[in-house]
Amino acid sequence: MSEISLTIDGEQVKVPEGTTVLSAARKLGIEIPTLCYHPDLTRHGACRVCEVEDVAHNRSLASCVTPVIEGMEISTRSRRARKARRRNVSLLLANHPNDCLGCDRSGTCELQEIAHDLSIRTREIEKYEGETRDITPDKTGPALKREPNKCILCGRCVRICEEVQGVSALQFSNRGFDSIVTTAFDLPQSEINCANCGQCATVCPVGAIVEKNEIYHVWQALEADDKHVVVQTAPSIQATLGEEFGMEPGTVVTGKMVTALRKLGFDRVFSTEFTADLTIMEEGYEFLARLEGNEKLPHITSCCPGWVKFAEHNYPDLLNHLSSAKSPQQMFSALAKSYYPDLTGIKPEKIYTVSIMPCTAKKFEKDRAGINGGPLKDTDAVLTTRELALMIKEIGIDLNHLPEDEYDELLGKSTGAGTIFGTTGGVTEAAVRTVKEKLTGEPLERLELGFVGVQDKEIEIGDRTIKVAIVSGLGNTGELLKDVREGTSEYDFIEVMACPHGCVGGGGQPLPVDKEKKDRRAEGLGSIDQAKTIRKSHENPMIKKVYEDYLEEPLSRRAHRLLHTEYRRRPKN
Amino acid sequence: MACQCDNEKKNIEKYLQPLEEILNNYQVPAESDIDLKKKKKKDSEIDPLTKKKFLIPVLQEAQDEYGYLPEEVLKRIADFLELSLSEVYGVVTFYTQFHLQPRGKNIIRICMGTACHVRGGSQILNEMEEQLGISSGETTDNLKFTLETVACIGACGLAPVIMINDGTYGRLTPDKVPEILNEY
Ligand code: SF4
Ligand code: SF4
Ligand code: SF4
Ligand code: FES
Repeated sequence: MSEISLTIDGEQVKVPEGTTVLSAARKLGIEIPTLCYHPDLTRHGACRVCEVEDVAHNRSLASCVTPVIEGMEISTRSRRARKARRRNVSLLLANHPNDCLGCDRSGTCELQEIAHDLSIRTREIEKYEGETRDITPDKTGPALKREPNKCILCGRCVRICEEVQGVSALQFSNRGFDSIVTTAFDLPQSEINCANCGQCATVCPVGAIVEKNEIYHVWQALEADDKHVVVQTAPSIQATLGEEFGMEPGTVVTGKMVTALRKLGFDRVFSTEFTADLTIMEEGYEFLARLEGNEKLPHITSCCPGWVKFAEHNYPDLLNHLSSAKSPQQMFSALAKSYYPDLTGIKPEKIYTVSIMPCTAKKFEKDRAGINGGPLKDTDAVLTTRELALMIKEIGIDLNHLPEDEYDELLGKSTGAGTIFGTTGGVTEAAVRTVKEKLTGEPLERLELGFVGVQDKEIEIGDRTIKVAIVSGLGNTGELLKDVREGTSEYDFIEVMACPHGCVGGGGQPLPVDKEKKDRRAEGLGSIDQAKTIRKSHENPMIKKVYEDYLEEPLSRRAHRLLHTEYRRRPKN
Repeated sequence: MACQCDNEKKNIEKYLQPLEEILNNYQVPAESDIDLKKKKKKDSEIDPLTKKKFLIPVLQEAQDEYGYLPEEVLKRIADFLELSLSEVYGVVTFYTQFHLQPRGKNIIRICMGTACHVRGGSQILNEMEEQLGISSGETTDNLKFTLETVACIGACGLAPVIMINDGTYGRLTPDKVPEILNEY
C-alpha cells in the first residue's frame, strides 16, 4: 500500500493510503474533537464536530471520514476550522436541554467536555435559538432509560446495535427536524426485541441512553435498621472499577473495593465468583449428562441474560440447547435467601441482596418471571460498576487511598475459574477444567483462548474430542446458530456472551471505552486467575461445603429448584 | 388479552394473503445458483443474496394493496426481508409517500404554494377543515376523505387551487367548498 504525504498544522507526515485525516492528526498527537466517530464502529460523518481546513484545496472537511490525499495542507487551527467546529457544537447545544447539572452523564458526557474544551458560552448558543425538540423520555425499559431530547443524532447506538449486536432495536426515523432515534413504532423499550445489553449506553456520548439507576433503593436498604444487606460483586468489577478513580484499565482493585463496600455499610461482602464456580458445577454436570446421552448438543451457555433474551426473540426453536442453569448472579441470590439464612439464623425477609454487575441486562434478569427460587425476590437491586463508583464518590472516598480487605467467608470464596467468567472464553475454560478432570482425572492445561469474535478449539478428553466455540457480540452468533438450527453444527459446547469481549465490555462498565481498554481489563482478570492457588471450581472448599450441607449433589432436586430456570419464546419483532 | 377463539390466527393469515402474493415475486436466487467467487463482492455492490434491497418496491406494492401500511404488514415484511422492524419503520417514516394510518377514499390536496397562499389558500383550508371536522394530515372517521396540504401543484394561474384525487378545482372561494365536497 502506498504512502501519502501531507502536512498537518505545519508538520510533515507520511501515512498509508486510506488513512483518515483524523487518524493522521492523532498520530502526530494533535487532538480534534469528535462525537459521531467511535473507534470500534463504522464511520458516519454526521456531526461535523471534527471539521478541519485543507488550505491547499481551500475547503473545510470532516476529518473523521475524509481519507488523506497527497499534498493536503491541513490546518486544525485556522480561523475557518475553529469557527466551523464552534458553530457545529453551538448548533447541537441550541437544541439540547440545558440540564447538565442534573444529567446522569454529567462529568462523563462527551458533548459537555467538548463544549468545555472549546469554551462555548451561552451567548454563542443563543445565536441559534429556535424550535427545540420535546419528546417524552422512555422510562419503561427494564434496564435502560432513553431521553430523546438529549440525543444529538450521532448514530453510535444505532450502529452498535446493528453492526455489532445484530439486533437493530434502535433506528433513525422521520426526517429533517423531526429526525429521531427510536424503536419500531416508537414502542416502549420494554416491549421490543432489545437484549438489554446496554452496548448502546456505552457508546452514547451524551445522556440520551443510560442505565436505570437503583442507587436510591440501595441507600434506603443500607439505612434501614432491620435490613441485613449483602452484596455480591461480579468477577469483572475488580478489574474495571479502578478506572472510575483514574487508574489504568485492568488495574486489579479487589481488596480496595471490598473496603469501600464495607465503608458504604454493607453487612456482608461476597463475590459472585463463588456462584460462578457453582454455575460451573451445575452446568458442567448438565453438559456431561448431555455428552453421555448424546442429546441437546451443542450445549449452549446461559449465564448471560443479554444473550438469553436475544435467543428467546431470535432462536426460540433452540432454547432447549441452552443450559437451564441460572446466571451466577441469580444462583447467588437464591442461596442468599435460602442456604445463607439457614446458616446464620437471619430471617430471609430481612435480607436485602445487592449485586454489583458490569451489566444492564442483569437489571432485567432479576425481575424475569420464574427467576426466584422462593416467594421472595432473590435479587433486590442491581448496580452497575458506574453506579457503585457514584456511591463511593458520594461518601467522599477515593479508592486509590484505601487499604485492602478480604471478602467475607461463607459465600466469598472463589477460584480462578470463577474469576475468568468476566471475559469471553472464561466460562468455557472454567467448565472444561472441571469436566475434563471429572471424566479423566487429568488436569487441563490453560486454553489461552482469545478475546474477540468467534474462536474455536478442540480439546482431547480421554478418547473423546470435544469441540468448543466461543463467541461474544450478539452479531457474531449468526453463522454458528444457523448451523445448530440446521443440525449441522460440529460443536459440543458453545459459549455466548452478548457484549463484545464479554463482561469486561459490559453495558454497565466505566466510560468511555474502546477495544483496547477492554483487552487490558481482560488481562487484568487473567492475572488474578493466574495468581489464585485454586483454579478449578470443583476444588473450591466452599462449593464442596454447600453441596455437603445443603444441595447434596449437582442437579439434585433442591439444586434444580434454586439454581435452574426456564426460558420462553418471544416474538422476533 | 388476545382473542382465544383461534380465528385470530386464521384471520391474520387471510389478511396477509395478498401480501404473500406480492412477496412471492421478490425471491433471491439460491446460493448454489450463483458463482460467488467469480462475482467478487465489492463494498459498493449489492449482495445478490440479501433481500433487503427489495424494501422500497415491496412497501410500495403493499401500500397499493392495503391503502396504507398496517403494523402486521410491516412485521411480515421485516421478517421476509430479514430486517428488524425498526429498520422498516425508519424507512417508512422517512419517505412521505408511505402512510402508517388508513387513508381516505378521496385525497384532498390544498395548495399552499406562494400564489395560492397570497390568494387565500389558507381560507380554503380552514373551510375544508371546518366542513370535514378534521385537521390537515387527518382522515375522516368514515374513511371518505384525507386532507393534506402540498407545496405547489403547478397550477398557479388558477390560484387558489386544490386537487381531489386527479381532479383540479381552481379560482376557489370558501363558499364553493360544500358544493365540491358534495360531488364525492
Ligand atoms: S441494549 Fe443492546 S440490544 Fe438493546 S438497544 Fe441497546 S444495543 Fe440494542
Ligand atoms: S441516543 Fe446517544 S448514541 Fe444514539 S444517536 Fe442519540 S446521542 Fe447518539
Ligand atoms: S456479556 Fe456480561 S455484561 Fe454483557 S449482557 Fe452478558 S452478562 Fe451482561
Ligand atoms: S466526528 Fe467527524 S463528523 Fe462526527
